Amino acid sequence: MGNRCAVVGVGQTKYQTKRQDVSIAGLVREAALRALEDAGLTFGDIDAVVIGKAPDLFEGVMMPEAYLADALGAAGKPMMRVHTAGSVGGSTALVGASLIQAGVHDRVLVVAFEKQSESNATWALSTHPPFNASLVVGAGGYFAPHIREYIRRTGAPGHIGTLVAVKDRLNALKNPYAHLKIPGIDRAMVESTPMLWEPIRYLETCPSSDGACAMVLSSEAKVSGTPAWVHGAAMRSEAMSRAGRDTVSPQAGKDCAADVYRQAGIADPRRDLDVAEVYVPFSWYEPMWLENLGFAAEGEGWKLTESGATALDGDIPWNASGGVLSSNPIGASGLIRFAEAALQVRGMAGEHQVDGARRALGHAYGGGAQFFAMWIVGSDKP
Amino acid sequence: MPSEPSDLVADHVLEFPGGYTRTTGPVIGRFLTELRERRLVGVRTAQGRVLVPPLEYDPGTGEPVTGEYAEVGPAGTVRTWAWVAEPRPGHPLDRPFAWALIRLDGADTDLVHAVDAGEVKAMRPGLRVRPRWRDARTGHITDIEAFVPEVTMMAAPVRLHYRLRPGQALTRFLEGVRDGRFIGCRCGACGKVYVPYRTSCPECGTPVSEEVELPGTGTVTTFAINNLPDPRAPEVPFVSAYILLDGADTPMIALVGGVPAHEVRQGMRVRAVWVPEEERTLSMTNIKWFAPTGEPDVEL
Ligand SMILES: [Zn+2]
Repeated sequence: MGNRCAVVGVGQTKYQTKRQDVSIAGLVREAALRALEDAGLTFGDIDAVVIGKAPDLFEGVMMPEAYLADALGAAGKPMMRVHTAGSVGGSTALVGASLIQAGVHDRVLVVAFEKQSESNATWALSTHPPFNASLVVGAGGYFAPHIREYIRRTGAPGHIGTLVAVKDRLNALKNPYAHLKIPGIDRAMVESTPMLWEPIRYLETCPSSDGACAMVLSSEAKVSGTPAWVHGAAMRSEAMSRAGRDTVSPQAGKDCAADVYRQAGIADPRRDLDVAEVYVPFSWYEPMWLENLGFAAEGEGWKLTESGATALDGDIPWNASGGVLSSNPIGASGLIRFAEAALQVRGMAGEHQVDGARRALGHAYGGGAQFFAMWIVGSDKP
Repeated sequence: MPSEPSDLVADHVLEFPGGYTRTTGPVIGRFLTELRERRLVGVRTAQGRVLVPPLEYDPGTGEPVTGEYAEVGPAGTVRTWAWVAEPRPGHPLDRPFAWALIRLDGADTDLVHAVDAGEVKAMRPGLRVRPRWRDARTGHITDIEAFVPEVTMMAAPVRLHYRLRPGQALTRFLEGVRDGRFIGCRCGACGKVYVPYRTSCPECGTPVSEEVELPGTGTVTTFAINNLPDPRAPEVPFVSAYILLDGADTPMIALVGGVPAHEVRQGMRVRAVWVPEEERTLSMTNIKWFAPTGEPDVEL
C-alpha cells in the first residue's frame, strides 16, 4: 500500500439547491479554504491539487479543472482532474492519496464539486443520441429496474425504502452542511410522495445540490493537527455490457470491498467498522449495498436496515451525515462520503458524531453501478 | 316620479392649471439637484445617522440636521416589498413591479421606490438593486425610473453539434431492425450471445465473427414505470424494461406496451411489435414496443 497517508483537513460548503451567491470558482475555494484552515495550512503548503468532477455537461464548462487551477492555488504545481461518473469524489480522494502513498508528494489538496443549478442533471444524463429509442430518463430511470429486481429476489417488504429515506433525513437534521432538512419526516410523509420511477418515490431520491468538498492529505512526515489515517484504498470497475452481469450486486463492488478490507485487516465489516458513509442516492441502495459490501449475507440486507442497526444509535451506523439522500452535489458526493468517514474517526463530526468511532468506511459508486471507490480510515496509525 | 339619487352621476375634475409647485427648501433641493446629476445623497443628523431622502430635521428628535451631505448608493438592499400585479395609470411602470423599501448603501433610512424585477419570484428581502436612470432628468424622484436587481447570473449558451455515424456493429444491427429482425452475435471463445450485434466480446475481449438472428420473443427480467415526463421520452406512464430475447445472454432495454403499466410483471413473456414497414428507418424506433404474448410467466 506504500507510504502512510492521512487526512489532516476537511472543508465543506453548505449544500443547497442554488448557491447563487458564488461562482463555481468561489464555491470550490470555499471548501478548499476551510480544509486548509482545518489543517492549519495555506495554499503555499500544498504540493499538488487533484480536482474531481462529474460530467462536464452538467454545468456546460468543458475541462473545468483548467479554469479552476489557479482558483485552487495550483499555479506552478501539478494539477489533474479525475472523472469516474458518480464515484468521482471517491476516486479523487484515492488519486490524491496515491500521490502521497507513492512518495511523490507530501501534501495534496483534493477538491470535488458540482453546481447542479447551472443546468439540469437529468437532462445531461439523458442525451438520447440518434439511432436509439429514448427510454431511460435520468439516474432514477436507470436504477429503478435494479431496485425492483432486488425487491423480487429478496422478498423485502415495501417499507424498507421508506425506512432509509426517513433515517438518513433525520441524521441530516444533525449535520449543519446537509441540504435537505425535513423536521418531522416520517414514513407516512415519504409514502405520500409520488412514484417518480416506480418503485422509487420522490422522497426516496437524492436532491439536486450545489456544493463542494475538499480535503488536505498529508504524508506521515508532514502530519498536522488531528489525522485520519488511510488504512485501505481501492477502486474497481466492470464492463456494463458483460453477459451475466449482476446489476443488483455488481462484482466490481464485491471485489473492491474485499480489496479494501484485506488492506485494512477487516474480517467482518459490521463488527470491525464503527461507522460507514456509503453512496446511497436512492433509499433502496442501502440494503443492496449492505449485501454487496458484506455487512449482511445475500438477501439479508433489508433485515439489517429494518432492525435499526444502520441508524445513528445502531451497532453500525450508515450515513450518519444524512448521506447522498440528503445532499447531492454529484461530483462531490463521493468525496463527502470519504470526508465524513475521516471526520468520524477524527472525532470532529459534531452532532452526528458516532461515539468512539475508530474505523470508518467511505464508499462511492458511479455510472451504471460499474465504478467503485472505497477507503477505510482510522484514528490509529496503520 | 323623481329620479333615484344614484342615477345622477357626473365626472368632476379638480386640477390646478399647470400643476402645483413645491418649494423644496435647501435640503430636499440639494437631494433633487444631485439626483439630476445621477447622484444620491443623504444628510447627516447630529447623532451621525444618514437620512435618505434627506430632511431638514432629525425626525427622531426634531433637532436640525447638520449641513453635511453624504453620497450613498447607488446600490441598495431591498428591506421589504409589496408586489403590484396590475399597475394603474399613475404607476411608474406599465408592467408588474414591486414597491420596495430600499436601504441604499451608506444610508440609515429606507427609500420607497419601484423595483422592476420582472416577476414576483425574483423579489426577496436582501435583494441587491441599483437605479435605472432616465436619460432626461429634471430633478424629480422619477429621475430614477425604477431600481433593478444587480447582475447575479448570465446566460452561457453551449451548443454541441455532432454528426454521428453508427459503427459497423450498430449499422449491422440497425439493418436488422429495419427488416424486422434482431441480429446478435455469439462469441467463439466463451459462447455468450450478445444482442445488439457487436464486434468484440466484453466478457473475454475476443473478436466476434458469428452472427446469430434472435427471435422477436423474450422475457421481461425487470422494469421501471416512468412517471416523470420528459419531452424526448414517451408519454408517461411508460414502462422501460430489460428484455432477455430467447437465446440471448444480455438483455435489451425496450418499451413495453399494449398492456397497462401496472400489469407488467417480471417474468412476463413478450413479443416485439414493429412499426409498419413503410415507416421503418435505420433506427431502434422501428420497435414500437414489446407486448405480452399471453404465455405463462417464466420463473426468473
Ligand atoms: Zn467471449
